[in-house]
Amino acid sequence: MQFTIEVGRYNPEGRYAETAVPGEAFPAPWNASPARRYQTYTVELPQHAVVLDALIAIREYQDPSLAVRCACRSAICGSCAMWINGHANLACKSKLESFTKDGKTRVESPPSMPIIRDLVCDMKPFWDKHLAVKPWLENKEPVPPPDEEYRVPNAAMEELIQEVSCISCSACLMDCESFAVNPDFLGPQALAQAYRYVGDPRDDKTKERLGELSKAGGIWDCTHCFECVQQCPKGVAPLEQILKLRKLAVDAGFTNNPGTRHADAFADSVKHSGRLNELTLMPKSTGLFNIVGQLKTLPSAINMARAGKLPPLIHKSIPGVERIKKIFQRVGGRFK
Amino acid sequence: MKVAFYPGCVSKGACPELYVSAKMVAEPLGLELHELESAPCTGAGVLSEQNRDLADALNGLTLAMAEAQGAELMTICSTCQGVLSDHNYHLKKDEVRRDKANATIADQGFRYSGTTTVKHLLWMLFEDIGIERVERAIKRKLTGLKIAPFYGCYILRPSEALGLRERPERKTYLDRLIALLGAEPVEYRGATKCCGFPMLTFNRDKALAMGGNHILEAKDKGADLLVTPCPLCHLNLDGQQPDAARVLKKDIGVPIFHLPQLLGLAFGFEPEQLRLNHHVVPTKGALEKVELKV
Ligand code: FES
Repeated sequence: MQFTIEVGRYNPEGRYAETAVPGEAFPAPWNASPARRYQTYTVELPQHAVVLDALIAIREYQDPSLAVRCACRSAICGSCAMWINGHANLACKSKLESFTKDGKTRVESPPSMPIIRDLVCDMKPFWDKHLAVKPWLENKEPVPPPDEEYRVPNAAMEELIQEVSCISCSACLMDCESFAVNPDFLGPQALAQAYRYVGDPRDDKTKERLGELSKAGGIWDCTHCFECVQQCPKGVAPLEQILKLRKLAVDAGFTNNPGTRHADAFADSVKHSGRLNELTLMPKSTGLFNIVGQLKTLPSAINMARAGKLPPLIHKSIPGVERIKKIFQRVGGRFK
Repeated sequence: MKVAFYPGCVSKGACPELYVSAKMVAEPLGLELHELESAPCTGAGVLSEQNRDLADALNGLTLAMAEAQGAELMTICSTCQGVLSDHNYHLKKDEVRRDKANATIADQGFRYSGTTTVKHLLWMLFEDIGIERVERAIKRKLTGLKIAPFYGCYILRPSEALGLRERPERKTYLDRLIALLGAEPVEYRGATKCCGFPMLTFNRDKALAMGGNHILEAKDKGADLLVTPCPLCHLNLDGQQPDAARVLKKDIGVPIFHLPQLLGLAFGFEPEQLRLNHHVVPTKGALEKVELKV
């Protein structure tokens, strides 16, 4: 079968070439670099071929200057993640046929990461974030003697199978919407790893970890877009782990943040009226005594009011709201 | 066709233009709307994050109300669609969760047995109403307009609970509808991305940049307007657009239409009837392209 591949090639005019200092973090935003150059190749491959087969065929037989990173070719090492038709995927796990759109497949390095050359992006931002969550166990005492295993119940580890499956390919970070605008965000992979240690019964630093993760750049900076769940080739579902961390952090008492205030104000409104009260939600989440924060939202509130889009000043309850209150009470837990 | 109509909080709060226009287009589409007036808010994912049992019970109640009516539940909000789909998916599949939710709502005289189908108006156009009927309702083709679709995350992801595995065509409905109404759909990456709204209260400037970047990309590709099936996206993309422009230090000025407003225009309703004069970003320029005034 004949396949047409459009490859995003290294552009020597790119910002990376101008300003990168080897071994040092690259200044964001990387997506501000000049447009890449696309080069088209045609390859003859069997129907079952994957994108990586095509790239290797190009490099071996047509154009030895093409840079591509791969090792295992079987979705284990995590080195071949790249953008295929605008979304992060493993090149060795993506069938060419199903990624052919309008007669061609476009592959490139994601603009959310610094580029070294062609399809090879710099993984430094990824590893920096990974390390920032201390991805190792801080042993709980008593540590068993060296000749013995540290025994944990099976069920506790089953809880963590999803997170342990991560192959550090960075597909989730490449497509992360929050990371695209906020380079300080720890990102889906690192946060999923954080949960892997928070959830481990052998770890001694659960509370400290949750405290760190509640700070700026942590669990509350995720925009909840599900891109990471969609792109992860291993079913790690990072967003689900981030949500678990949010609950654990709130339960552990880390509640002085806009995320918790927002959830509390939201629940309060639904409990008392059955509906969301947009008028009080924003100020309550910002923190009623956060004057600077409140002032920042003022211009858009005025714009909305001028357009006649302010929610009704008297917030109406839904019929039968008593029922909703009873449900809240009966379920119990945080919003009771 | 009778549907259990779930308008969602925002269409009854900060986006009344959505509620008005959805009700307006129901008739030409042959929809008989039975509004679920006493159904609670879905919790928008915020409640389930901290208290899943509570969100199961609240959404179980809504699903049970639609079940009692013997009708499909229709949403007009991608976020409502996503959250209701998610809970419905689990309540149908997981007996333990369903029993737990039922035990809570039983006191109130409700029970959900797991038969309700939840569909956004956008899906209904293609799957229940049929495009022939939509075509017949068109009185004014939107020829000459370049329209960028903006789906909103929760109508696309996670694909499993939304039934996108079985019906991958759902990912293209908005593009197809734009073409059907006579306009030209704009292809751009932001169409399936996040508007930033969920982060607006936590990290305001980043949330504004996120939405603003997508509008700018569409504008760059020639879009006269964006259309969205999600009022929360609308709140961020329209309501906050002047602020996003300030954060990004760029001129934006691209109007954002709700899906039923676009349908309404094609069905011959006047811009004022659809409250297109009640947007933060003026709709005037886009409307003039199809010789309409506000
Ligand atoms: S080459 Fe190892 S994961 Fe693709």
